[in-house]
Amino acid sequence: MTHNASVEQVRVEDLHKSYGDHEVLKGVSLSANAGDVISIIGSSGSGKSTWLRCINFLECPTAGRILVGGKEVELVRNRKGDLTVKDPAQLQRIRTRLSMVFQHFNLWSHMTVLENVIEAPVHVLGILRAEAMQRAERYLERVGVWKFRDSYPAHLSGGQQQRVAIARALAMEPAVLLFDEPTSALDPELVGEVLKVMRSLAEEGRTMMVVTHEMGFAREVSNHVIFVHQGRVEEEGNPREVLLRPQSERLQQFLAGSLK
Amino acid sequence: MELFDIQVITGNLPEFWRGLWVTLELTGLALLFGFVVAIPLAVMRLSKNPLVSMPVAAYTYFFRGTPMLVQLLLVYYGASQWQWMRDAWEAQHPLWSWFREPFFCALLTFGLNTCAYTVEILAGSMRNTPHGELEAAKAMGMSRLQSLRRIVIPAALRRMIPAYSNEVILMLQGSAIASAVTLVDLTGAARNVYSRHFAPFEAFAFAGLIYLVLTFVLVGLFKLAEHRWLAHLAPRKAQKAKEAQ
Repeated sequence: MTHNASVEQVRVEDLHKSYGDHEVLKGVSLSANAGDVISIIGSSGSGKSTWLRCINFLECPTAGRILVGGKEVELVRNRKGDLTVKDPAQLQRIRTRLSMVFQHFNLWSHMTVLENVIEAPVHVLGILRAEAMQRAERYLERVGVWKFRDSYPAHLSGGQQQRVAIARALAMEPAVLLFDEPTSALDPELVGEVLKVMRSLAEEGRTMMVVTHEMGFAREVSNHVIFVHQGRVEEEGNPREVLLRPQSERLQQFLAGSLK
Repeated sequence: MELFDIQVITGNLPEFWRGLWVTLELTGLALLFGFVVAIPLAVMRLSKNPLVSMPVAAYTYFFRGTPMLVQLLLVYYGASQWQWMRDAWEAQHPLWSWFREPFFCALLTFGLNTCAYTVEILAGSMRNTPHGELEAAKAMGMSRLQSLRRIVIPAALRRMIPAYSNEVILMLQGSAIASAVTLVDLTGAARNVYSRHFAPFEAFAFAGLIYLVLTFVLVGLFKLAEHRWLAHLAPRKAQKAKEAQ
């Protein structure tokens, strides 16, 4: 995969996260350049989702540095002792630059598909409604759910809901897409339609960070894979290398348990 | 005496209509006040800061824990007990003089009463916001205020429609106690007609019939509201039928 390696979108340095005495992340780092597709794999409880959620500050890290778009995020310690973003305006900029897709879709249930997609562009980015509608049409078409634009989320299948959630994230026109186990809540026969969309986004050259259990996706679509074990990066690198010839015993065991 | 003297009703229709109007005005204005004020109070009720949430909780517990009739008597008769209040009336004070008016006292009591219930209904509905929807709002860059205004409150108002429809109907019927403070509402009108004609059955049966019709109208309106605003919670087959067209 070719990509422009010079533009660094996200950089995480020595990130720690503790809940009380329990340290979930014990100093992890990564760098995502424009066009990178990074898969973060690991067993449940390894800290991989927490890591992703620290990047857009849905969780507050305990220590570490984060740079978004080359700019260091200014952090201050809150009362619980965790780090939060000092300037709310910067926090909002970070979150609009990094759009997230969740395991459980998290669509707003009282809004139609179309309303879900235009909501944040209009009310957070402040673009005109007409422009937001054009974006919504473009991205809903892109993921193949435009025909459901007037439906409510509860009336769609899981795969359709997740594709709407991807369109909602795309409509922010973010620099990076964050995927937090996007296929884990889906019935097996619905996983394919979501992976297909994600693969086509990767082929477009979008920058993506994907926490996933889908080894096929990690191997074939991403250009970098990170294996997290007990809060540390155990092994990382080119997916073909790492997944086909795992060096550490942990990764060998993990891959043996999740052959797909 | 006849079994059912229709003349008692037909001969007093204007009085019934005037009473009906008082009932509708009282109930409608009290509900409007209660609803509008309940929205900010429900937000305060859910505040993590006890200095903000406790006063609202105290208010709703007081109004939900005592009978509305007691509250009404307290406001209407209680106010005149204090010398300073009577002095204020004497001086035609622009605010306190309102407490001489039975209509104002009833409206104030009913409004505060229904507001207390509405606060609890709405706050309960807001508490049921799915956590993931809040998280999505955050992740999309919404501030707390924005996610309240755009996600939490609109969804909670929709979810509360069935519970709120009960509150509206209870309020309509509860407004009958306005006649305890000399107001001639629908019940008061029926009482006047009864005492003039000694025909309690005709007078109260007719008033009851009007309440019944009003209740049916309200139930119908709320059914329409649910159809319009709760479509997202309706079963999926409604959707399929639409697609098949």
